[in-house]
Order: sequence, then C-alpha cells, then structure tokens
Amino acid sequence: MSELLLPPEHRYAKIIKERHNEDGSELSVLNLGPTHPATHGIFQNILLMDGERILEAEPTIGYIHRAFEKIAENRPFYQITPLTDRMNYCSSPINNMGWWMTLEKLLGIEVPKRAQYLRVIVMELARITDHIICNSILGVDTGAYTGFLYVFQFREKIYEIYEEICGARLTTNMGRIGGFERDWSPEAFRKLDKFLEEFPPAWKEFENLFERNRIFLDRTVNVGGITAEKAMAYGFTGPNLRAAGVDYDVRVAHPYSSYEDFDFIVPVGKSGDTYDRFCVRNAEVWESLSIIRQALEKMPEGNEYHAEVPDYYLPPKEDVYNSMESLIYHFKIVMGEVPVPVSEIYHAVEGGNGELGFYLSTDGSRTPYRLHFRRPCFIYYQAFPEMIKGALLSDAIIILSSLNVIAGELDA
Amino acid sequence: MSDSKVNMVSPPEGLTGEGFFATKLNDVVGLARANSLWPLPFATSCCGIEFMATMAAHYDLARFGSERVSFSPRQADMLLVMGTISKKMAPILRQVYEQMSEPRWVIAVGACASSGGVFDTYSVLQGIDKVIPVDVYVPGCPPRPEQIVDGVMRLQELVKSESVRRRSSPEYQELLASYNIS
Amino acid sequence: MALENTQIQNKLTETFNNDVFNFHEERDIFTLEASADKITALILFLKNDSELQFHFLTDLCGIHYPDNESERQFAVVYHLHNWFENKRIRIKVYLNGEKPEIKTISNIFLSSNWMERETYDFYGIDFIGHPQLKRILNMDEMVSFPMRKEFPMEDSGRTDKDDRFFGRTVSNC
Repeated sequence: MSELLLPPEHRYAKIIKERHNEDGSELSVLNLGPTHPATHGIFQNILLMDGERILEAEPTIGYIHRAFEKIAENRPFYQITPLTDRMNYCSSPINNMGWWMTLEKLLGIEVPKRAQYLRVIVMELARITDHIICNSILGVDTGAYTGFLYVFQFREKIYEIYEEICGARLTTNMGRIGGFERDWSPEAFRKLDKFLEEFPPAWKEFENLFERNRIFLDRTVNVGGITAEKAMAYGFTGPNLRAAGVDYDVRVAHPYSSYEDFDFIVPVGKSGDTYDRFCVRNAEVWESLSIIRQALEKMPEGNEYHAEVPDYYLPPKEDVYNSMESLIYHFKIVMGEVPVPVSEIYHAVEGGNGELGFYLSTDGSRTPYRLHFRRPCFIYYQAFPEMIKGALLSDAIIILSSLNVIAGELDA
Repeated sequence: MSDSKVNMVSPPEGLTGEGFFATKLNDVVGLARANSLWPLPFATSCCGIEFMATMAAHYDLARFGSERVSFSPRQADMLLVMGTISKKMAPILRQVYEQMSEPRWVIAVGACASSGGVFDTYSVLQGIDKVIPVDVYVPGCPPRPEQIVDGVMRLQELVKSESVRRRSSPEYQELLASYNIS
Repeated sequence: MALENTQIQNKLTETFNNDVFNFHEERDIFTLEASADKITALILFLKNDSELQFHFLTDLCGIHYPDNESERQFAVVYHLHNWFENKRIRIKVYLNGEKPEIKTISNIFLSSNWMERETYDFYGIDFIGHPQLKRILNMDEMVSFPMRKEFPMEDSGRTDKDDRFFGRTVSNC
C-alpha cells in the first residue's frame, strides 16, 4: 500500500517497514493534499499516521508562488502596491499602508495628522475583516456554519466603505505616497458610523455562539498549544504569539502613523492553544472598534488628506492642464523619473497575522534594487508539523484554521 | 401583479395535453442540468475570497442551483478555478479535472486563471486553458460577485443548449485529445 | 536604560575585533557588516549576551550584486530585534560570487530554517549544516536560481505574446 503513494526511498516508507504495532496494525501515510476543503489555501502535508493519530508531517508549499519579489524589481514604486494587496488578501489595506510608510521613510516625507488618522481607521477596519474571516471559518471547520453567514454580511458593509474610499472591494490599492488619493466623502463617514452601530451587537452574538459552547470548547481547548519560548524561537508574531502569552505588538513597540495617540490594550492568552487564539482575535476586534471610535472623535479639523510633496504626489488634473510646473511633475511621476535616494529601509507594520515587514534596498533608479517582504505566515507555518504531532487528524485541521495561514502571504 | 418585473421561466417548446407534456429529451435534460450545477470550488487565492462572498448570504449562489459545493471531483458538475495557478499546481489541476465525471464544465474565474493575470512570471501558468479546456471565462481582478454569478448564468445557457450526445461526439474527443486527456 | 549604538559597537568590536566593520546608522536601523566565517559566533553572541539580548530573528534574505567585485557578489542580510529595548539591528554578510556559502543559523534560531531554504531557492547560496536544504517555493526540478539578476522575469516559453504590441524589436531585446 505504501509503495503506491511514496517512493520506497522516502523516509516514511522506511519507518513503516520497520515499525510493527502490537496489535498487528501498520502505520499509514495520508496526503492532506493541496486541494482540500478545509485547508484555506493550497499547501500540502504528507502525514505519517498511526490510525487516527499523526506522528509526523512533511509540508510542501509553493503552489501559488507568484514571484512577487522578482516582479517588484521591474516595477516603479507606484506599481508595486497592487502586488502588496495580493499578499494577505483578506486585509489588503494594511499591506498597502505598510508599503506607503516604507516609501515615506525612504523619502523622508511627513504625513499630516489627519491623513495618519484616516490610515489608522482603514487599517483597523482591515484587521476586523481579517479576524472575521479567520474566526468564522474556524467555526465552519468545527461544524458551525451559521456564524460565518451572519458575520460575512458585515464584511460586505466594510467592502462598501472601501468602495467609497478607493473604488475596490477586496484588493484595494489604496493610498498614495503621503496620504490618500482623494478625500473621504461624507458618505464614507456615514457608512462608517452605521457600521460602528450595527456591528458590535452582531459580533457579541457571534461570540456568544462559541465562547461557552460545550462542543466548541471540547474541540479547541488544549488543542495545538505552543509555549511562549517555542513560539518566539519559531518567529511567531501577531495573534498567534499573543495567544501564547507574549505581548509583542508592532503598534506598541515601534508606533507608526500616530498609533501612540490611541489608548488600547493588547489582548494576551495563556496557553497558546486554539481556543486562546480564537479569543485573542475576538478581543482584538473589540480593540479595533475602540481605536476607530477614538480616531473619529480625535480627528483633526480641516480636509487635508495628503502631504505636500509635488515630486511624488500627482497634482490635480486642472493644474496639470493649466500650469507648467504641474505638467512637468505629472510627467516625471508617471514616467518614474522621481528623485530616489540610495538607501536600505526596513519597516514593519502589524498585519492581521503579525509583523509584516518590507525590506527595501534602492540604488537610485525608478525600480527597487531589492524588495523583500517579511511575511508572517511563511515564518510561523514552519511550526505547524510540530504543533500537530500527536494530535488527531481533525484536530490538525482545526489547528491549521486557527493559525490563519493565507496562501498568498505564504508563497508570495 | 401582471405588470411586475419578475421574469417567469418559460417551459421548453413542446406539446401539451391533458396530463402530458411532450418535448425533446435534450431540452429536458438541459433544463435539469442547468439548474442544478454543483460546483467544485478550486480556490487558490484572492478570487476565492470573492467566491466566499458569492456563496454567502448577500449574493447567494445557491439560488442558481449550486446549493451543495462538492469538494469531491466525482460528484461535481462544474469546476470553478479561482485564483492564480502556478506551474507547480498545474498537474494537480489536471488530475482534478480528469477525475471529474462527464458532463463537466469549467469556469475560469479571474484574470489569473484566464490568462495569467498581472503575474507574467516564470512560475505562473499563463491561463488554465493551457492544461484543461475551459467553457466560460470571467475577467476581473477580482471579479465582483455579480460577475461571478453572471459567469454561472452564461454557463447555464451553454448547458441548456448542449446536446446529450456531445460528450461522445468526435469533435469533443478531438478537443480532449488536443489537451492529451484520455 | 536604552541600548545605544555606541554600546553595541563597543561590545562587538571588543569581542570580534576586525570581523565586524562598517558600523553606521542606515536611516533608523543600526547596520554592520560581518565576515562570513564568524557569523554563527556573532549571532550567538548577540542572542545570549545579557546586555545586547537580540533574541528574535526578524528576517533573513539574500541580495545579488552582479556589478560588485567577485568577493562581494552575494549578500545575506539578517535583521535581529530586541523586544526589551525595542532595538533593531541589521547584519550584512557579503559572499563570493562563484561559490556562495555560509554556515546555517538554524540551530540558533529555529525560524531561520525556511528563510534559509528560500534564500537558497532564489539565489543558490549554500547554507552549510542546514538540515534540509532543498527548494521551497519553486518546483523541485528547477535548475537555475530565479532571483539572480541575469534570470528573466517573464516566462520564456510564451508563444502568444506578439512583440509588436510590446515595443520589442530585434534591436532592443
């Protein structure tokens, strides 16, 4: 049986031949293949199993490798934003804003306070969408389909807010160097207020379905735990690390875009198991809602939404047609002939899954010399074989869902 | 009631009498197949999230007969390929398509599945029609749920008008042979 | 008490003398270069020292510089982070162009396992002592290293791209 699935020189084939159980049963190999209903995204795991228990796992990734880093070496800076969208596509505004902040650090541009607050609002909305998907799909994997249908309605509401701001639903390509491409319409603020009214009761209902639910607790408590030391050694960041007990959050450690003005706690779990990850994400949604409310209250007056950097920010069309300098700036920006210093920058933002870093090395030309994305999913997925050792097969599925591995970010 | 904008589906052409309705086999089979297409969601990347939005309550795809998504190829009618297919993934896509039983249809959702999309690189397959025959292409990056539903409706038109004998006809066998699918 | 750049520089030069050099503050991250054979000792020192405490490996990646001299054609960049003092540090190691190899740090930081595999996959840099150095993102059968500058981005097997529409003529491509 094992000859059909594995080449005989594979490590698992040798283990199966050598090991004999007392009751005469053999070990088996299961291919949790790239296309599987419960794995969200395509990654393969070859599992060595003893009945229903998993002894070892061998992951294979790269089934959606789109060579982002190679593409980025051939594109001017503005054209790299659509690439960043498609990494963690559940919360694409965070990726976009992270990229713009990296460029602003490179070019030494100071973004006005109001634009920073607007960025904070959009990033927290994106974090809410990411956690909505992760937690509701975790619910679907344990068999509770209703929660997914209820909260997905609110993802539609957030999509409507994105459409008011930038025109797109999922892959937003939002913002420009120095701020936003247009000011937010009053309709966007109205929809945001309506969302802030309607969402909290729905999220409370969603939480009540799961947090004290006997079946959910049986399936998730003490499943897939990881200690804090192990998590730090494996490079965990984000909600997965905070569930293990370490309160590292990039928004607090290296505040960016005025996060230091806001008052929020960083929820931390205890044992790092699936239930803790679920609860940490739930609590983070409440914190994000509180940050959005604070940002709306403290929003500075006026309507400036971008920095005054004519070298990098497209001038308004009326000026392009009527004034010579604007025409020249427009031409230079579109052609990519903008002054770029030679430098190396590393900037990190707190993405939905952890520390999303951008390492940019320029050489003065219109495209980056080297752009590397520090993708949190890629780094913490290494711990997955260790987390499922000794677990049942259905537990492995739950652990994978709760880690929130997004294939676009895994392979880039 | 009579001036409402609701489009009533009309029965196929045929002879009606007391207690019987005679029509062509093709029409009845086409009607039955078109309104019960079970999808196999082959979701790889961002278009998969828009598919989840299409299956959710707002843009319910289940109204069109796709109530039960089947992840087993043997039990699915249409293969919805959503997202970028890389060259590493192409043999697996091929295997899934070959395991599907006739009649089977393929919708390529999104720019990446139709033609490689924005990723013109060494590792991305430039369109799934390099490995499997495709019936409907839905462009967009990602396409809105309304567009995906439109793609499914176009497929329904195709299915309604398809002949029952098509799958054993020499043209179809030639099409499969051109993709090296036995 | 915050960790100052001068403090780091002094501690490192007194332990490693001439194997660490070119200390400078690149924008907001303190950067230094190191020589390839001392890298494991350097990283272990940075992790275990009670003052420096750079206990988290943020990132590991490679860069290709085909225009440099042959001893500095490839670079491996390590980003380390100290969460207690919120301090980041970047270490660059330049490698030979013909045979780029460097010792692995996967026994010091478990998270560097896949990052080194990715760097091998893209650049062909050999990590000596790595438990499983094979390709991770590309197909296993691939022979060339795609992120090197001489490798083309586009799929060379395409037949349906009409060069006229892309402005490609015999003279410019």
